[in-house]
Amino acid sequence: MAEIRVENVQKSFGSFTAVKGSTFTIEDGEFFVMLGPSGCGKTTTLRMIAGLELPTAGQILLGGEDVTFNRAAARDIAFVFQMFALYPHMNVRRNIGFPLVCQGMPRGEVRQRVEEAAKLLRIDHLLDRPVSGLAGGDRQRVALGRAIVRRPKAFLMDEPLGTLDTEFRDLMVRELRELHNRIHATTVYVTHDQLEAMSMADKIAVMNHGVIEQFGKPQEIYDRPATMFVADFLGSPPMNFLTFHGGLAAGDRLVRVNGAEVPVPEIREDHAPAQFALGIRPEHIVFDDRSKLRGAVFGSEYLGTTQIVAVETAHGSIKARLPSDRIVHPGETVGLAFRSERLSLFDRASGRAVRSALREGAAHG
Amino acid sequence: MPGLTQAHSVVAPSTASRRIAGALVIVYAIITMIPLLWIIATSFKTPPDSISYPPKVIFTPSLEGYVNLFTTRTRQTPEVIATLPPPTTWYDKLVRSRNMVIAGPSNVIPRFVNSIIIAFGSTFLAVFLGTLAAYGFSRFKVPLKDDLLFFILSTRMMPPIAVAIPIYLMYRELGLSDTKLGMILLYTAVNVSLAVWLLKGFIDEIPREYEEAAMIDGYTRLQAFRKAVLPQAATGIAATAIFCLIFAWNEYAFAVLLTSGTAQTMPPFIPFIIGEGGQDWPAVAAATTLFVIPIFVFTILLRKHLLRGITFGAVRK
Repeated sequence: MAEIRVENVQKSFGSFTAVKGSTFTIEDGEFFVMLGPSGCGKTTTLRMIAGLELPTAGQILLGGEDVTFNRAAARDIAFVFQMFALYPHMNVRRNIGFPLVCQGMPRGEVRQRVEEAAKLLRIDHLLDRPVSGLAGGDRQRVALGRAIVRRPKAFLMDEPLGTLDTEFRDLMVRELRELHNRIHATTVYVTHDQLEAMSMADKIAVMNHGVIEQFGKPQEIYDRPATMFVADFLGSPPMNFLTFHGGLAAGDRLVRVNGAEVPVPEIREDHAPAQFALGIRPEHIVFDDRSKLRGAVFGSEYLGTTQIVAVETAHGSIKARLPSDRIVHPGETVGLAFRSERLSLFDRASGRAVRSALREGAAHG
Repeated sequence: MPGLTQAHSVVAPSTASRRIAGALVIVYAIITMIPLLWIIATSFKTPPDSISYPPKVIFTPSLEGYVNLFTTRTRQTPEVIATLPPPTTWYDKLVRSRNMVIAGPSNVIPRFVNSIIIAFGSTFLAVFLGTLAAYGFSRFKVPLKDDLLFFILSTRMMPPIAVAIPIYLMYRELGLSDTKLGMILLYTAVNVSLAVWLLKGFIDEIPREYEEAAMIDGYTRLQAFRKAVLPQAATGIAATAIFCLIFAWNEYAFAVLLTSGTAQTMPPFIPFIIGEGGQDWPAVAAATTLFVIPIFVFTILLRKHLLRGITFGAVRK
């Protein structure tokens, strides 16, 4: 197992730049997820770590060794593909043993290692079956088996659950995390699914347009998004934004949103008057009749323990997550209050978060 | 792939329409089989039966055509034949009954061997080169890729015989006329374009993740190609090989033009099997029958691949 360092890595395909100067470190034994919409450069970054693409600039270090231009075979990493890439002309045993046979390991040892891996993944009863007849989840386990059997320095996974149906996917998310807890392999996992990312990752990098927008623990990214993109991409429903115009000064604890004063975490930097966005997670909204921010209930979505209530306000539609026992009527006028210590502020023009007491928590936490 | 189901027709055909379709297929098969059956029947007729009018459908079978195909004979007077020792084999007897004696073997076996060497040799070369080229075109950034592919295709845009005279002159200069090597090279050149195009389609269908997985697992590009791509391209390779083989096996025009002796193949040989008083039709039919068999066997052996190969890529599993 090893640490992976990616330094200033860039990748261009002709005039299109897929990855623009990414720098991050994945620590030994960490489960690292690259999250982003399709085309954001996450898969390209992964393929560069694997050696399937060569970076246009920058360096990739694997366990301290510069492997930027090494062949894929020379990097000692395992890759799990979205479409599994199981060889249809081989049975499960030969598929799992394939990387070991590649390395010229003696047959007896291959057999033993394959059986160990299969036992770990609970597919030892399938070893002599052809891969074509397997269910999606089992195929995924075989693909994982082929990766873990080598005991490589790192696992790279490119949306490995992308083709599974929801039921299997939830199961595999748990299994993957469990597997990681047992073998502690450095893992780089690419997905566009925030739930997968949040539930599995030790660290997440959120990518957009070839740039890493934020890098950190799942909770940190969710609670203290560094950009409006991250705030919007994570969470379902996403963060609400209330746009307002005004100046901000260090030490302010209030912002004026259309005449209503909203308490916010103490602001730490001065900003000339401009457009700002107040970011509120749906679960940080409560209905409070005293509030000056008012709106009419548009409808509600029942989710069991909670419900998502859409409220039409002068600033646009706002979604609030409320306990499902709160009865709401469409058309009802309600006042909106927020949990002030959890609010984010963004500079609308740049999309960056404004430094505040909330953001300081990030640095220390 | 999970999540995608196989395509199926919306309305299942009724029993009646299935029977009609089946009957039509059988009728069509019979119509197309008649010439072949007639040839096979003719190969078992005696020369007089083969040219009798009205044609004989019911006849006494004879192996004379096959004997005549494999031997050369000379006519002798009954007196001379009477002085000879009695015939030792059934074919000696058959020939003697026509007042002839066997002078030696005919050229059919060397011609048949030529056909096999040239057709299989050129098929192997065309498919081998075609697979490598198709893989290259499919996977790598080749400068002027589209132009090169078009150029390769353009070699098929006119009938190969249109360049017969330049090739004839070229072969004469190079000493390739009437050599097996010359014929193998020629058929390879004609077939390789077909092979590249067909195989490129098949290889494009194989996800590149297979090779990438193999390369990450420790193989070089070439090993990954051999272990991961080739087994999956087997279907396409088999289908391509059959198309190439059929062309090379049946090719007539170049064979007539460029071969006359040592490298002559079966197609130019068969029509000129002459018996007494003109064409020896039973022998010609016997040669044709034997000529069909290798392709027949080869196609049956690869039938499963061929069927899958022709529809390959049409339905995503």
